[in-house]
Amino acid sequence: MPMKNEDLAALIKTRFPEAIMGANIFRNELTLTVQKDALAEVARFLKENEDLDFDFLSDLCGVDRAETDDVFEVVYHLYSLSKNHRLRLKAPVPSDAPGLPTVTGVWKTANWHERETYDMFGITFHGHPDLRKILTPDDFEGHPLRKDYPLDGRQPATLRDSYRKDGA
Amino acid sequence: MGLESHLGDNILTTTLTAMVNWSRASSLWPMPFGLACCAIEMMAVVAPRYDLARFGAEVFRFSPRQSDLMIVAGTLTYKMASVARKIYDQMPEPKWVIAMGACAISGGVYNTYSVVQGLDQVVPVDVFLPGCPPRPEALIHAIMEIQKKIKKETL
Amino acid sequence: MTVTSAATTTTQLMTINMGPQHPSTHGVLRLLLELDGEVIVKAVPHVGFLHRGVEKLAEYRTYHQCIPLTDRLDYVAPFSNNLAYALTVEKLLGIEAPERAQHIRVLLCELTRIASHLLWLATHALDIGAMTVFFYCFREREAIYDIFELVAGARMHTSYIRVGGVSRELPGGFTEKVHKFVMEFPARLNEYETLLTENPIWKKRTVGVGIISAEDAIDYGLSGPSLRGSGVNWDIRKAEPYSQYDKYHFTVPLGKNGDVYDRYRIRIEEMHQSNRIVHQALNILPKGDCLARIPNVTLPPKEDVETNMEAMITHFKLITDGIHPPKGEVYASIEAPKGELGFYLVSDGSSHPYRLKIRPPSFVNLEALPKMVEGRLLPDVVATIGSLDIVLGEIDR
Repeated sequence: MPMKNEDLAALIKTRFPEAIMGANIFRNELTLTVQKDALAEVARFLKENEDLDFDFLSDLCGVDRAETDDVFEVVYHLYSLSKNHRLRLKAPVPSDAPGLPTVTGVWKTANWHERETYDMFGITFHGHPDLRKILTPDDFEGHPLRKDYPLDGRQPATLRDSYRKDGA
Repeated sequence: MGLESHLGDNILTTTLTAMVNWSRASSLWPMPFGLACCAIEMMAVVAPRYDLARFGAEVFRFSPRQSDLMIVAGTLTYKMASVARKIYDQMPEPKWVIAMGACAISGGVYNTYSVVQGLDQVVPVDVFLPGCPPRPEALIHAIMEIQKKIKKETL
Repeated sequence: MTVTSAATTTTQLMTINMGPQHPSTHGVLRLLLELDGEVIVKAVPHVGFLHRGVEKLAEYRTYHQCIPLTDRLDYVAPFSNNLAYALTVEKLLGIEAPERAQHIRVLLCELTRIASHLLWLATHALDIGAMTVFFYCFREREAIYDIFELVAGARMHTSYIRVGGVSRELPGGFTEKVHKFVMEFPARLNEYETLLTENPIWKKRTVGVGIISAEDAIDYGLSGPSLRGSGVNWDIRKAEPYSQYDKYHFTVPLGKNGDVYDRYRIRIEEMHQSNRIVHQALNILPKGDCLARIPNVTLPPKEDVETNMEAMITHFKLITDGIHPPKGEVYASIEAPKGELGFYLVSDGSSHPYRLKIRPPSFVNLEALPKMVEGRLLPDVVATIGSLDIVLGEIDR
């Protein structure tokens, strides 16, 4: 049986009274805001606690809130296959030096998700085994999903000459 | 071929040109450079209903060295652009290129940081085929346009 | 003269590059393979060759304008993408589509699942060397595309599902056409099975290849047939029913060994089940509206726009300004043909999404590829990629 959102929030808050900075329920979805340094510890608890059993990391992504709050949010969507409940974790990281501990040790699937978030937002995941760009080319500068990166910020200048051999 | 320089423009060389062009046009070997959605419609063209074999162009070769028509089907990104150029360079002359779909023509809906705004920035294009994606009939039409173009060429 | 000095013999690993232009990588996937003879020591997938910046583009568009972008993610299953996105926006707005629209959505999504699995079967079999299946599968795909064209006016990128319902009523002749397809299809499926299921060559290439255990599959976040091949019973249509799926009778096929063959069997069985669902949907389909009438969210009917000033103003305002959902964030996911397709939407109250994150099943499924092929032979890579059913459009976005 899935746990109620309120019970989920209460259970996690009693275990981590300081690390959980806030809880919010919108459209029947529970969001917990977590202090970034405690993230790996909270994640491990969520996976290993038998009542919670969040064994499935659905998604991991970043949100740019640098303009309003000076932070990037790293958002985790968790799901429990056995209990059939969901939870959203949010960890704000400062936008001038974004970084937080990796969760690849908890869920292997986090590997590529974290690489993508690193590529798109420039958020560093400490302890990640292989933090490289994943979607953009190797010589791409900047992080395209940040709000200050222009939509049409193409970077073809260095490549262009090698394409046009015939000067067409 | 340089035959004209020896023989001049006369009945022999024109007929030879016509024959070579006819054989080239009737046996195009496409190189399917399938990038995105359009590649699915490109596959449909070889499948039973549209049956590209009727137009003599069904021998899809995934090796550029064995083909003379490059069909670029889909969105070309900057990460992929150098590959497209390399593959084009690997094809032996004479060769032709179809830019299939809105993305290959102009970047289409993707006016973004990662998409090349038109295949013609990277390789010369013979036929632009609009649509998102173009229907299989449209691709057949594009190939027929290439055939028309080939038949007008000189040696 | 039998002694060759062992000290001078050195083994060297060979690195070969596969893709991004390769017939059996199903698009622009690039793999770097380190080989010891024919055994794969290490496989490193490189993606991003089709990275089109969809998530960034969505931030510059109104909520309705994002629908065509979703078509082009998993371009062999546009209805599923539309549905996942529409459900997310509907959740954000707190609205629901009318019942008829929900059943139409189910019907079309299951047809999409069949079309997607047929393309998978066609290319997967072609990769392994069975060409006839390709021609058979495309014959059936054309029948489905005819239905899509009838409904939406386009073969591939339909954009038919809208926020609050579907764009227009089903056309005349639709029911007959679908009915004909539903009746014929199971026999066709059996035909494919006679070609493959007990074929010794097919079994040699697929049984025991690309194995992943249930624990690993969950840990790597696999979903859809790739997860169920390992015996994990998770189908969002059953676990968190959306769009009236709880009213339908169907079973979720499960595998045992988590190999390529099991995933093949599951997708074949899923096509049977989808066919069942389509058949039921034809019978269930209730009368009523196919687009909810919610002011400031859905467009008024065309007849009203032509005759009523108010309706015309609403239409104009919705098209130019778009809808303004409340501030907040939601995540909704559906069981797409490839697995869990989720959208995470952050709204700041304006007419554009503040952030749209797509959770593509293929991206996550592909991540497990090295785990499946390392220690195996080179030809197994081709079979394993095929069995994961990846589409680069949604991997790279």
